Amino acid sequence: MLLFQPLYHFGRYCLMLKGAFSKPENAGMYWKETIRQMVSMGIGSLGIVCVISFFLGAVTTVQTAYQLVSPLVPLYVIASIVRDSAILELSVSVLCLVLAGKIGSNLASELGTMRISEQIDALEIMGVNSKAYLILPKILGALVAIPALVIISCAVTILGGYTVSFFTSVITPEQYLYGLHDKFVGFNVTFCLIKAFTFAFIISSISCYYGYFTEGGAFEIGNSSTKAVVWSCIFILVSDYVLAQLIL
Amino acid sequence: MIELQNIKKKFGENDVLKGISAKFEAGKTNLIIGTSGSGKTVTIKCMVGLFEVDSGAILYDGRNFSTMTLAERKSIRKEIGMLFQGGALFDSLNIEQNVMFPLNMFSTMTKKEKLDRVNFCLDRVNLTGKNKLSPSEISGGMKKRVGIARAIVMNPKYLFCDEPNSGLDPQTSLVVDQLIKEITEEFKITTIINTHDMNSVLEIGDHVVFLWKGLKNWEGSGKEVFTATNPELDEFIFASKFLKEIKSRNFG
Repeated sequence: MLLFQPLYHFGRYCLMLKGAFSKPENAGMYWKETIRQMVSMGIGSLGIVCVISFFLGAVTTVQTAYQLVSPLVPLYVIASIVRDSAILELSVSVLCLVLAGKIGSNLASELGTMRISEQIDALEIMGVNSKAYLILPKILGALVAIPALVIISCAVTILGGYTVSFFTSVITPEQYLYGLHDKFVGFNVTFCLIKAFTFAFIISSISCYYGYFTEGGAFEIGNSSTKAVVWSCIFILVSDYVLAQLIL
Repeated sequence: MIELQNIKKKFGENDVLKGISAKFEAGKTNLIIGTSGSGKTVTIKCMVGLFEVDSGAILYDGRNFSTMTLAERKSIRKEIGMLFQGGALFDSLNIEQNVMFPLNMFSTMTKKEKLDRVNFCLDRVNLTGKNKLSPSEISGGMKKRVGIARAIVMNPKYLFCDEPNSGLDPQTSLVVDQLIKEITEEFKITTIINTHDMNSVLEIGDHVVFLWKGLKNWEGSGKEVFTATNPELDEFIFASKFLKEIKSRNFG
């Protein structure tokens, strides 16, 4: 039974994706829904992303300076560390863990409520492929919105560190700007985007899975939402490690 | 016409439908009544394909729904309208968009034609001018009427109503009932209503099927329900002491 449960969920998840990636009844309606999801996920999360990223950058700058006690290491290295931390981990993995909470719970509870209030049944009876109409636009929306948020987050995290250089004595703005350019590896940005797309798919598809198959009432919607966030976070962390091991 | 031929449905060890056969004619309001857990909702959900029957056949004007492919079912589903217990309106859309949804998805009408059709349907359910309200801004009765408007917007041949009166006051229930009956007769729809509201049975029950523990126990017209000599039906209809007294006074 213990082995059967994960296989059951994996099988049902694959079937859900198969249903979601099928030919739309009306491409125009799907397109509109995809745009709505992009706006909801992207614009809706922009505020929290900026606040979190700014402080991540600021804190990383201060804490890196605190740890660099050797006079042999030049201070501009702090900026290089902030830059690489942001691009490789902070603005992707950490941010996506936050987005799993915000976007993931939102998707799971939206679909769960639709299931409980028979809106999904209504779509099915109309002859609409509910998996495709409800899940595909959410996955596509996430695949556009989340990488865009990650790019914005990278910039704001670096900006957070730069702001610190103006108000504290840990590093001067000139040193910070020099450190940002020093030994920049372009491939890190590619790796950052690969991770962003992977995490976007994980967050949207897992959350949709738990929401779409909700059974019961309000209590179960809460449960689905929690499971969506927990499993999204676990899969983000696992895939983060796997991608780092495979690509770097 | 919709015909059920000995349909059976099990959930695990629980035999919910034990072989139900019935015929529901077009232009008539067909009611399925029964106690909670008698299999009314499961019957309706099997008929529209939300549940698969274990055995038996469901015929839509002779077309066997149970053996159809997904694509064939899709084409039949475009002929089906369904009113859900809670309305099942899409929260993110306003009333006009809710009613227009099936047209947007499946029709090739122009925007003007769609709007005219939506306004006609809203007018038909006495909701003229309420186009821009959202589902959260309207009452339970209005939600049901929007649900009816959405169900009839594609000119369905078959209309299913799952407990259309639940949560409504007697007066509003009557309005919803009358509306369903008028629409059924006007458009010659095969209407199947799942209810345990006795007012509905009396008011609009052209043909009533009584389910008891997963089996069809009695069948007749709405008026005959009150004079039938079926002990289970009697127990269901005249459940309270007060109604039992009324029955013995009027029908002996």
